[in-house]
Amino acid sequence: MDKLITHSPILIIAIPLLVAFLTPLISRANEKARDVLVITTLAFVEFLVIVLARDIYANGIHIYTLGASSPTLTIPEQYMVPVRIILEVDAMSIFMCIIWATVSLAAGIYSLSFMKEETGRDRFYTLLLLMVVGTFGMMLTGDLFNLFVFLEISSIAGGALAAFRIRFADAVEGGFKYIIISSVGALMVLFAIGIFYAQYNLLNIAALAQVIQYTMLDKIALTLLVTAFVMKTGVVPLHMWFPDTYTVAPASITAMLVISSHACMYALFRICFSLYGVTLNTATVGWIIIILGVLSMFVGVTMAVPQIDIKRLMSYHAISQLGYMWLGVGVGLAVLGNPEALATYGREAISGGIFHILNHAVYKPLLFLTGGALFYRTGTRDLNKMGGLGHSMKLTSIFFIIGALSISGIPPFNGFASKIMIYESVYRLNPILAIIAMLVSIITLASFTKAFQSAFMGQELPAYKEVKEVPKSMIIGMGIPTAGIIFFSLFPGLIVDWVVYPAADALINQAAYINAVMGG
Amino acid sequence: MTQGAPFNVPFLAVAALIGIAFYIILSQRNLIKLVMGLGILASGVNLFLVTLGYREGGVAPIYTHAPIERMVLPVPQALTLTSIVIAVATLALMLSMVVHIYRHTGSIDSEESRTMKG
Amino acid sequence: MSKIVHNMASFLILPILIYGLYLIMHGHSTPGGGFQGGAVLASGVALLIVAFGSHSTHKSVKVPHLPILMSIGLLIFIGLALGGMFQSTFFHNFLVGSSVFGHIPPPGPNPGEMSGGGVIPFISLVIGLKVLAGLSAILLVMALASSRKEIEE
Repeated sequence: MDKLITHSPILIIAIPLLVAFLTPLISRANEKARDVLVITTLAFVEFLVIVLARDIYANGIHIYTLGASSPTLTIPEQYMVPVRIILEVDAMSIFMCIIWATVSLAAGIYSLSFMKEETGRDRFYTLLLLMVVGTFGMMLTGDLFNLFVFLEISSIAGGALAAFRIRFADAVEGGFKYIIISSVGALMVLFAIGIFYAQYNLLNIAALAQVIQYTMLDKIALTLLVTAFVMKTGVVPLHMWFPDTYTVAPASITAMLVISSHACMYALFRICFSLYGVTLNTATVGWIIIILGVLSMFVGVTMAVPQIDIKRLMSYHAISQLGYMWLGVGVGLAVLGNPEALATYGREAISGGIFHILNHAVYKPLLFLTGGALFYRTGTRDLNKMGGLGHSMKLTSIFFIIGALSISGIPPFNGFASKIMIYESVYRLNPILAIIAMLVSIITLASFTKAFQSAFMGQELPAYKEVKEVPKSMIIGMGIPTAGIIFFSLFPGLIVDWVVYPAADALINQAAYINAVMGG
Repeated sequence: MTQGAPFNVPFLAVAALIGIAFYIILSQRNLIKLVMGLGILASGVNLFLVTLGYREGGVAPIYTHAPIERMVLPVPQALTLTSIVIAVATLALMLSMVVHIYRHTGSIDSEESRTMKG
Repeated sequence: MSKIVHNMASFLILPILIYGLYLIMHGHSTPGGGFQGGAVLASGVALLIVAFGSHSTHKSVKVPHLPILMSIGLLIFIGLALGGMFQSTFFHNFLVGSSVFGHIPPPGPNPGEMSGGGVIPFISLVIGLKVLAGLSAILLVMALASSRKEIEE
């Protein structure tokens, strides 16, 4: 068991990779065996993540060096800097990993019956496991070039999955847009990595954080990195690809793509807090992030109101909820150099943003999965054509109500808990930001009321008389996020103390991050 | 960086390639030309990575029968190789998507083959 | 394609394959390696497609076999990487110092040894196989999809 904990960061990446390339061989023999193998792998990875999380909350940052004679030998003898690929897992990384493991397990179970009529399903599961590997790699790594490689893996696999149903013309178009944006963003990240290597001869984040001075070239690198990750996360004004891709992907893949773009946001926070730290001009960069967050909130929700396609409506709401996270963490970054403000409201703001990531990651996949369930039974995503489905699809409508009340921030659901943390701390920096955030919350509720009324309420239409409830595996897939929502709504204080405050402290504490790799 | 040239000519070439590539990506409507522009962007960034490793008067970083001189940096060459491999896979995927778009909509112009608006 | 192209392609495929294999096997001490050798091998397949047409090439290099080659390649790769984990860490070079490819060369300029490198020559071989399968699959499928017979249908 101890050996399992020591080696778990690399096992979390290596085992899905192994199974991803085992599935084409096994599916030639038996299809059911392949389904069982994929779900077992995802469940085993979830187990490994939970075991590693308990070890990190007890013992601190966990280091794994690839290829050395012992896992914690970061700097070999006669060397002054780390030369191998190092995986560095702290409380913020494992927080994102817990979310990703749970959502990919739910999406995997959901896909068992959602993709039943598609051909080429063995390639679907290979690509799904590759996307799982890519995103885990991005969250666990402590090395900049490793981040680039896993970013590219997850975006290629995600683009191929988004365009998977090639019989629809708009699916291929959505996947194509996703690949173009990801490629340009990743090349910009590579350029920034080249700038870092040219100046300091180092690729490791912790080693670089120790020697970085904020020269002109570092400012250029920061601009490139911020632009690339803004493009990949889907923040206004570079959000045009986001609704197109998220509407046409299969519903379980949309749920996974949401968390994948959160991983890009995590990478940006890792660079701003742990790589640059207080050397950058925190007031300027923090305010840029705050303004981008407010723009996203507002533009996202106003574009969502007139939509008639249900998944496109939810994608615009995803953009607006991203704005809340950027607002919270941006306020924390803006006061990073000011220890008194940081202690009073900065840490609360960062925690609010991080808690909102957790909440968004449970209710947004649930909403997309219910949208997929509606598409599976009625064959259309158009709200004008749907109606009166609440009579026959009772469980789906209950899941939709829970998700919609959560996203609008209605007490006692978990959306309210994180939003009030953001409102209270952001108000201390500038009151106007909190007022805009509350306004956006009200418009979100209005938009979801309209969507619920169009799809589920009203007379039962004659076209949908034979519509039954969705198959069991899809209900289980939707039930896992719902269980998360109910658990977080009942015990928000517990979750904040166990999971969110350690993550916020890990982001603020750059010295601990450096010392774990560079020793003593 | 030869004796006669006053500027760093490879870095100017990188700037020219990246500038041309961004102009192509932003302004061309033909999807195949868009993919070509992305290829030129990848070439520009790869050239930047190899050029930043150059040291004055250095030889290739191979130890077999090597003369006793300075060597250029080998790590950016490994990074460039990885980037080339990734670019090959991405370009193949994008081109097959363009083939599918052509089969569905009959045109490879990005304005005429658009199905989603708003 | 004309008779000259057919004959030269049949003659040249063998040196191309040998050159690709040379690049793969000497990857740990001279320029070359897994991906470079695999790309040269795939260019041999491209020569066959151009000279003989995709339908004739499809009779010898069948598309359903290529994903199996790719899977086997990667399974051996991860198996070798996990093999180092029993002693120390993932990807640890556990063959250095042993009898198989285990020679440790002295540091600095030297005449170059073939029998060094540990796990690296095996990894180069497996990556070369995988790249050959992958790039040939891309070329063959795209050539088949846009061939004259498909367009005429």
